[in-house]
Amino acid sequence: MQIALSVKQVTKAFDDFVAVNNVSFDVADGSFFSILGPSGCGKTTLLRMIAGLTEPASGTIEIRGKSMLGISPNKRPVNLIFQHLALFPMMNVGENIAFGLRRRGETKAIINKKVKTILERVDLAGFDSKKIDQLSGGQKQRVAIARCLVLEPAVLLLDEPLGALDLKLREQMKVELKKLQAKVGTTFVYITHDQSEALVMSDQVAVMNQGVFEQIDTPQNLYNHPETPFVAQFVGDNNAWSGRIRKCDDKTAEIETAEGTRFHTKVRVMLKPGAEVDLFLRPEAMLIQPDPSLTRLNRFEVIVKDLLFDGANSRLLAHPLHADMELLIALPQTRQYDYIQKNDKIEIGWDEKSGICFPRN
Amino acid sequence: MFLLIVLPHIDLLIMSFRYEDFDGQVSWSFKNYLNFFKEPIYWLTFVRTAIYSILVTFLTFVIALPVAFYITKVVNPKYQGFLLVLLLLPFWVSELVRVYGWMILLRESGVINHFLLKLGILNQPIEMLYRDATMILGLVYTSMLFMVVPITSVLDSLDNSLIEAAYDLGANMWTILFKIIIPHATPGIVSGSIVVFMLTLGNYLTPNLMGGKNSLWFTEQIYNQFIASFNWNQGSAFGFLLLVLSSILVWLGLKLTRQDLKKVVQ
Repeated sequence: MQIALSVKQVTKAFDDFVAVNNVSFDVADGSFFSILGPSGCGKTTLLRMIAGLTEPASGTIEIRGKSMLGISPNKRPVNLIFQHLALFPMMNVGENIAFGLRRRGETKAIINKKVKTILERVDLAGFDSKKIDQLSGGQKQRVAIARCLVLEPAVLLLDEPLGALDLKLREQMKVELKKLQAKVGTTFVYITHDQSEALVMSDQVAVMNQGVFEQIDTPQNLYNHPETPFVAQFVGDNNAWSGRIRKCDDKTAEIETAEGTRFHTKVRVMLKPGAEVDLFLRPEAMLIQPDPSLTRLNRFEVIVKDLLFDGANSRLLAHPLHADMELLIALPQTRQYDYIQKNDKIEIGWDEKSGICFPRN
Repeated sequence: MFLLIVLPHIDLLIMSFRYEDFDGQVSWSFKNYLNFFKEPIYWLTFVRTAIYSILVTFLTFVIALPVAFYITKVVNPKYQGFLLVLLLLPFWVSELVRVYGWMILLRESGVINHFLLKLGILNQPIEMLYRDATMILGLVYTSMLFMVVPITSVLDSLDNSLIEAAYDLGANMWTILFKIIIPHATPGIVSGSIVVFMLTLGNYLTPNLMGGKNSLWFTEQIYNQFIASFNWNQGSAFGFLLLVLSSILVWLGLKLTRQDLKKVVQ
């Protein structure tokens, strides 16, 4: 496996605000790598450093094994797709795409051929002479991608390019972008604050918070085995309890929550009795009215406060008896639970393997 | 509007076609216009004025573009307003005072000569006033603001990411300037150029005071006809020739840059 992009201990600070703090990662050639984080976490700064628009304060950035320090953006084998695409309104579609090729001094015949090929590849054949403002949002998106891909960069950087699109189009572009990446085989580094974009498209996702990488993993592992409380809460929905360890071995622990309920959960490391912990539980990990034959479940009762219908993503908003916390519980739309009404008292059960437990610090 | 602008012009137009012979007889004639072509001093000054006005406009543009770029894109936005006020500042005093300021600096016994002598660079003072170059300097200085302000406002609307995108796609500084910045700024450049060109062409004070007798400006010829020779008919004819010249050149400029007057004026 060849490494397309290697970032080593990169740090960047603006005045006394550290935007990117000692970040290191490798991206394999041909893979789709996402950096996921809330706004202001430093992901755009990181991307601009890879593109060369910002210089890192320390650390190195290598592309295909070559150090990029001190090399200006127009000489780097990477291209950036900007958040608002930055298509040149003074040029038509063909000229926009040819812009980079012209700068390389390629002949007219080759430029024309390449522009034609790439337009076909993004399903915009015959759009050469259209003006930028005649295009729809999705078409602009594809022109921006074509304008970069035609240069055959070692790494294509994407700065939340779907952010400006409406929901339906965004869902559609997510799938298209993933397909396109698989087809052209270019390495994509994609930054976003939208976890669904990152999870759907990526081979690897790095979760970034306050300038540092919390975890780099496959989307499945991020969701199922988060390594930090931030990842557990940021990727997917989670219910959080605070509690205290009562008993613990190296695999499971018995936890007493603040309101006195006792749960069994798996742990990743052995914790001392009395240690304070945060317990996270996915909405879909909680079973509504589980079968009594399932004996190994943690069981407790809740009062239903509201039914949040959202199609396949429907939830129950509930609170446990004797506690004023709110829980989100997945409500499968199998008609099996249609009897549940507001203010009903129901039993909830969850398997100890689905609990995620972190010591609080 | 009609009373203030159109009426006097109609009057001047009529006057320009009237010719008063030595007996004081007034008749309709093209003689005023023919005089212009017969006397080389007239049309030479005319051509000179036109060429120098174009040169001044171009020089103003070359200086104003980096200034406007610096104000809109480079400097901290906090100081933008301050810098624009700084540009505006000289215009709080009248043009006359500004020109005299330059004269104090540049004349034979002026400040610059004084320092150059003190530093030993010159052995004896040189006269810097009353040269073409000095006059152009004065005209460019007077016109700067009218070029910087429209270019600043169009550059303000230029998305920084366009510049970065061009840079990212392999463009160097010059390509970015000619392919991205200037095409985007064209409406501002054209409207600034029209204003600067017209102001320069019709300027009387600066060429008169800084150019002196060596750098004749066509407005000076008009002045001479009206005031010195009392030949209002000839003066009006010259005035109209200047109007026609500026209209043709502005029209030509708009055609060349493929701009629409309506769009530019906005």
